Amino acid sequence: MGLVQETDYGTPAATATEMVTLTIDGAAVTVPAGTSIMRAAMDSGVAIPKLCATDSLNAFGSCRLCLVEIAGRNGTPASCTTPVAAGMQVSTQTPTLKKLRRGVMELYISDHPLDCLTCAANGDCELQDMAGAVGLRDVRYGFEGENHLTAPKDISNPYFDFDPSKCIVCSRCVRACEETQGTFALTIQGRGFESKVAPGMGEFLKSECVSCGACVQACPTATLIEKSVVETGQPEHSVVTTCAYCGVGCAFKAEMRGNEVVRMVPYKDGKANHGHSCVKGRFAWGYATHKDRITKPMIRAKITDPWREVSWDEAIAHTASEFLRIQKTYGKGAIGGITSSRCTNEETYLVQKLVRAVFGNNNVDTCARVCHSPTGYGLKTTFGTSAGTQDFDSVDEADVIVVIGANPTDGHPVFAARMKKRLREGARLIVIDPRRIDLVRTPHVEADYHLPLLPGTNVAMANALAHVIVTEGLVNETFVRERCDWDEFQSWAAFVAQAHNSPEAVAGMTGVPAENIRKAARLYATGGNGAIYYGLGVTEHSQGTTMVMCMANLAMATGNIGRRGVGVNPLRGQNNVQGSCDMGSFPHEFSGYRHVSDAATRTMFESLWGVALESEPGLRIPNMFDAAVDGSFKGLYVQGEDMVQSDPETAHVVAGMSALECLVVQDLFLNETAKFAHVFLPGSSFLEKDGTFTNAERRISRVRKVMPPLAGKADWETTLAIAKAMGFAMHYSHPSEIMDEIATATPTFAGVSYKKLDELGSVQWPCNDKAEAGTPIMHIDGFVRGKGKFVITEYVPTDERTSARFPLLLTTGRILSQYNVGAQTRRTQNVVWHEEDRLEIHPFDAESRGVREGDLVKVQSRAGATSLRARITDRVAPGVVYTTFHHPDTQINVVTTDYSDWATNCPEYKVTAVQVLLSNGPSEWQERYREMSEANTRIATPAAE
Amino acid sequence: MPATAWDETRAQAIIDAHKATDGAALPVLHALQAAFGFIADRAIEMVADTLNLSRAEVHGVVSFYHDFRRAPAGAHVLKLCRSEACQAVGADKLAAEVRGALNVDWHETTADGRITLEPVFCLGLCSCAPSAMFDGRPIGRADAKGLTALAQEKPMSGKA
Repeated sequence: MGLVQETDYGTPAATATEMVTLTIDGAAVTVPAGTSIMRAAMDSGVAIPKLCATDSLNAFGSCRLCLVEIAGRNGTPASCTTPVAAGMQVSTQTPTLKKLRRGVMELYISDHPLDCLTCAANGDCELQDMAGAVGLRDVRYGFEGENHLTAPKDISNPYFDFDPSKCIVCSRCVRACEETQGTFALTIQGRGFESKVAPGMGEFLKSECVSCGACVQACPTATLIEKSVVETGQPEHSVVTTCAYCGVGCAFKAEMRGNEVVRMVPYKDGKANHGHSCVKGRFAWGYATHKDRITKPMIRAKITDPWREVSWDEAIAHTASEFLRIQKTYGKGAIGGITSSRCTNEETYLVQKLVRAVFGNNNVDTCARVCHSPTGYGLKTTFGTSAGTQDFDSVDEADVIVVIGANPTDGHPVFAARMKKRLREGARLIVIDPRRIDLVRTPHVEADYHLPLLPGTNVAMANALAHVIVTEGLVNETFVRERCDWDEFQSWAAFVAQAHNSPEAVAGMTGVPAENIRKAARLYATGGNGAIYYGLGVTEHSQGTTMVMCMANLAMATGNIGRRGVGVNPLRGQNNVQGSCDMGSFPHEFSGYRHVSDAATRTMFESLWGVALESEPGLRIPNMFDAAVDGSFKGLYVQGEDMVQSDPETAHVVAGMSALECLVVQDLFLNETAKFAHVFLPGSSFLEKDGTFTNAERRISRVRKVMPPLAGKADWETTLAIAKAMGFAMHYSHPSEIMDEIATATPTFAGVSYKKLDELGSVQWPCNDKAEAGTPIMHIDGFVRGKGKFVITEYVPTDERTSARFPLLLTTGRILSQYNVGAQTRRTQNVVWHEEDRLEIHPFDAESRGVREGDLVKVQSRAGATSLRARITDRVAPGVVYTTFHHPDTQINVVTTDYSDWATNCPEYKVTAVQVLLSNGPSEWQERYREMSEANTRIATPAAE
Repeated sequence: MPATAWDETRAQAIIDAHKATDGAALPVLHALQAAFGFIADRAIEMVADTLNLSRAEVHGVVSFYHDFRRAPAGAHVLKLCRSEACQAVGADKLAAEVRGALNVDWHETTADGRITLEPVFCLGLCSCAPSAMFDGRPIGRADAKGLTALAQEKPMSGKA
C-alpha cells in the first residue's frame, strides 16, 4: 500500500469538441482544440519539466522550464501557454532545450537553501524533482551573492508555515487563492528582486486568508507546508475517503504514517470537490485523536453518580437489560432511538432497523428533524423526490444564482468557492437573507440584489416574487403546460396574483423595498438558467415547508428545473444528513421515503427481517421530549447526536432527558447530552470505520477506515451488539453487506454496491436499472411524481412576535471555522478564529442600549436567557440580532422557542423575539447548568488493582 | 496641491470621485498620493473596500510601484538617476557624496525631515547626465555641491 498518485497534466482540460492531431517527439497525439502542448504531451506520456504550471490553475508561463521547440517556428515557446495546432511538430528534448532548462534551474537554485536532507518537503518537492529532471549538477553563480535565504518565516497560521526563503515566486499559491478559492488573500509584493509572496500587509493569521489550504496544495516547494508534515515527516501510504464535516462531501486522501494521519489532502478525482478543500476538512481533523475522546464504555445508576468504566460486554448487557426492563414495565413504545447524520448510511440504517425490528416500534428520528425535514417534505410533495435536484457541477452553467437563507462561504465553503468562480465569470446573484452574508459583497463578487428581509417573512417574499412573475407575464407557459398540472398552476397563479401578495403589499412586513423585489423577480425569470440554493434560513421556520414549496413553485413557473444550471438545491448541513433521511431515520418512513403504513413495503421488510413491524408512525424528537416529561417515554439510544446543545428550548430538552430511566449515548466525547446519560458507549470517528456518506447532491461516497477504532468498536458494531443482546441477531461481517441489504430493500439504491463505488468513485441516487451510473440531475424528462405540483402557499406570520418586552428578532447561523455544536472543531486549532459565540447587533440597537464592542450582554426571550459578548456590526439590520451556536458555554438554544414547522416540527430557530441588555455575568441558567454539568461529568478513578 | 494631513472623509471622497473609471485602482492611488503625499494603510483598506478588491491585491499594486509611498516624504524629494548613461559619467560617485552629505541612504529622509532621497531609473536627460530631480524639477549636470546646497536652501514657497 503506497501513496495514491495523481497525474498533474500541467494545465486544465480543454472543453472543445473539435479534435486536433499533432506530433510530440515524433509520436502522433490527438487532443481537443485549445489544449496546451504541455497537457497534450502528458496525455501521450511525455512529462515536460515544469514548475509554475499545475492542472488546477490556468497556464501562467513564468517559470520558463517547460520550453519546447516547434518545427517551423522561431524560439522556444512555453508549452503551458502554447495551444496545440493541427500538424504541429513538437520536440520536448533537444540539446538547446536541455541547456536552457539547466540554465533556468541553475538560477533558481542559486537562491535556494540547499537543505534538502532536513527539509520537510524532502521527497515531495517539485523543485527537487525538476533539478533531477534537467540534470542540474552545479551552480556556476555560487551562493555568495544577494539572496533571500534569511527571509523570516511566518508561522502564524496554526496549520501551515510560510518560509519565503524557499520560495521560487512561481505564483501558484497566489493563483490558487484567486482561481480556486476566490479569496484573493495573497499577492506578489514588490517587484524584481524584491518580489515576494505576501498575504497582504501583515502575517497570514491576520490576513484575509481563510486557511482553505489551496495555496499549500499548489506550492511546488516547502515554502507553504503543513505543520503536521513538518512535525511528523512525509506520509508513506494514503487512502481515499470522504470528509465528515459538511454536506458538500469532499473526497480526501488521508495521507498516513502507519496509523497516524499526517495530513488530509483534497482528492482531485473527488466529484464533489475536484481537489479543493476548506479549513475544516483539510486541517481540523485533530479532534479524532483528541485527549477528550472517551475510549472505555461507562455506566452509572443515576446521572448524579460518577461514571464507572466497564467492559464492552457489561455496557451492552446493561443497555439491553435496561431497555427490556423499561419495555416490560412501561410498554413497547417507552423506548426509542436517534440516528446520527454524522454516522454512515450503514450505521444509520442499522439504528432504525434496531428500533423497528428489535424495539418493535417506530420511535426513531434524526437530527434532520431540526434542519432539513421541510426540504424532504416540500420537495417530495411538489417534485416527488425528497432531495435536491442538481449536482454541484451544475452551478457552472447557472446564469442567475439565488441564495436564500444560506451562507455558503461559511457553511459550505468548497461549494461556495465554485459558486464564486461562476459569479466571477459573469453569473448574476440574488441574495435573500436578513444578514449581509459575505457573498453579498466580497472581492470580485457582488450581488445584483440583496433582499434583507426580516426574519420570518420568507413566504411573503417568495409570494411577492411569484406575483411579479405571474402578473408581468414572465411565466414559462410551455414548460408549465408540458410538465406540471395545469389546473393546479392556474389556481396557484390566481392566488399569487392577488394584491396582498404584491411586492408593494409585502414591502412593509419584509422591510424590503418593492422595487428591489420586482427587479430580483424579473432577473430570476428572464436571466437565463436560474438556480436556487438554500439553507436552514428557509427550513427552520414555522412555515419552513411552505417556503420549500414556494421555491419549487418559482422554479416550475419559470421552467428552471430538469436540466443543468437550474434547480432547487438544499445546501445540507451535515456530512450525511441526506443519507440519514434516505436510510429511513424518520418515524414515519422506511428507507427510500416509503411510509410505514404502506403495506407492500412493510411486508417486504417484515419478510426481510423476519419480524412483524408497526404500521403507525412513532415519536418525533420533540414528541420524545414531551413524552419523557409526561412519563410515558423512558429509554433512549442516541447515536452521535447532541440534542441538549443543538435542539431548541434547552430547558425543556434537559427536563426530558433528566426524566429518562435509561439514556444511552454513543459518541466520541462526553457531550452535553451525555451529562444526562446512564450508559456511555464510545463512538468511532470517520477515520476508524468503513461505510458511505451521502452529500447534498445525493452523492454516495465511500468512507474508508484508515486506523483501528480507538475504543475497539466501529459504531455499526456497537449497534449489532445491542441488537444481539436484546435477542435479535443481525449477521453482517462488513458494512458492505449492510449496503447490499439497503440496495435489496430500497429501489432508489438498487444499483449501489461497494464494488460500484470503488469503480466509479461515487454515485448519485437514484442508482438502479434505469440509471446504472446514478442520476446527477433529477426530473429531466418529467417529474418523479408525474406532473409537477403547484401548492398554494399562503403567508401565515409566525406567532413569535416582537413586543415591547422583546423588541428584537434573534436569528442564528454558523461560521467558517466552526462546525455546528462544535464538538469537533472546538477541539482543534480552529478556535484561534472563533473562540466564543458573539452576538451581532446593529450600531443603532447597541447605542440605544449603551452596548459597546465586546460588552457582555444578556439575550432574553420568553423561553430563557443567556449571556455572551456583543459584536457591533451593520451586517445585521436594525431590529435584528444574530449569533452562532457553536459553544456550550453560550447555549443559545436556551433562548430559542418551541415553535416549529407546521408539517415537520422542524424548530423555528431562525426567529426568536428577544431583548438584549448589558449584563454583568452569566445568566442564572448558565450558572445552574455549569454546576450541574460539572457534577454530572465526573468519572470515578478506578480502584487500585 | 500640497499634501495635507490624512483625512478619512476626504480620502473617501477622492476614492469615490475616481471609482467609476476603468481600472480605477491606479487613478485612485495617484489621486490619494497627490492629496496626502503617501498611501496610508487605512487608504489601502478603503480602496479595496470601495473597488471590491482584496486588501492583498491593492497592497500588491501599491508595492509594485516605487512611486507610491507608504509613509510621508520629507519636505522635499531629491531623486538621483541611477541608470547607465548617468553611471557612465559618475552618478555612482555623485550618489555616494550626496548620501554622505545628507547622511541618509536611499528611500530615507534626513533627520530634520527636510529631504527624502530616492533613486530613479532614467529621467530622459541622458544628454546632460548625471541628472537629478528636485521636487519634480529636472536638474542636468548635477554635482554634489549644487545638490547639497539646494537641499539646504529654505523651502521654496509656492513651488511644487
